[in-house]
Amino acid sequence: MRRWLAVLVLGLASATALAIDTEVAFPDAARQQRYDRWIHELRCVQCQNAAIADSPVGLASDLRRQVKEMIASGQSDDEIRRFMTERYGDFVLYDPPLKPRTYFLWAAPALFLLITVGVAARVIVRRSKGPIDSDPEEPA
Amino acid sequence: MWRYFAPAVAFLALGGLFAYALMRIDQGKLDIREIQSPLIGKAAPAFVLPSLTDPPHQIDSHALAGKPYILNVWGTWCGECRAEHPALMALARTSGLPIIGLDWKDEHSDARAYLAQLGNPYAEVAADDVGRTAIDWGVYGAPETFLVSADGIVLAKHIGAISEAVWEKKFAPHLKNGGRS
Repeated sequence: MRRWLAVLVLGLASATALAIDTEVAFPDAARQQRYDRWIHELRCVQCQNAAIADSPVGLASDLRRQVKEMIASGQSDDEIRRFMTERYGDFVLYDPPLKPRTYFLWAAPALFLLITVGVAARVIVRRSKGPIDSDPEEPA
Repeated sequence: MWRYFAPAVAFLALGGLFAYALMRIDQGKLDIREIQSPLIGKAAPAFVLPSLTDPPHQIDSHALAGKPYILNVWGTWCGECRAEHPALMALARTSGLPIIGLDWKDEHSDARAYLAQLGNPYAEVAADDVGRTAIDWGVYGAPETFLVSADGIVLAKHIGAISEAVWEKKFAPHLKNGGRS
């Protein structure tokens, strides 16, 4: 009785999960976790703004099948990454690798933060020296 | 004085950049959805697939070696493929190259009816029912067209409907040295 109750509760819970891929791919937690991580890491290149885990298009389900098969046959994360990027480029990864082409991409947040802090510091220093609203460049 | 204008100048510069990019997209000169294929300059992925038009026969990509060919990914479920069909028919006549069709995850009977109705530009049509060959070729949307050299190297790829203009600009220049890579 309790088992059936659990099945019912879990069944109802999964119905509200809204995920496209609700089927459990692996019986063991370790491989299931790897699978879940990969299908959230790979972009659905067809729809471009969703992971293959969240996309209903045919190509996304084909790529989920590919990931499942590669994990089932014992292939490493590096092998899966290579398989996908050899075919679809780095764009397929939501976590792009650090290399000359992506230096700016990775440096941009720090760069913008630096610029903002620099500008803020200048403004604060200048304002702390004189009364507010005075412009040092304009004659009083 | 400049500091009163600096924000306005920065705003106009950024706005100008956005306007320029949007204009290029509008004119079809910039395609933000296009992903550069990592396959260009590399060996074309091999495949052995059943023929759509001649069912027991298998199409082996190794048999295509020796002269350049065009590979066109299509499906009857793909609206833009229908739109590009006349251009493919013209290419089949004018390009001098065989066009190999890759019928991607399609219903065979529908695909045969489609070719019977609209004409068949393909030298051969390989049926990729499970989509594995499409994955090997990095296909993410149909139609897609590849140009493969005589020595089996992917020379160019076009995403979206092919046209004579696209052919002249993206594909034809690669064929000047006899289609070798």
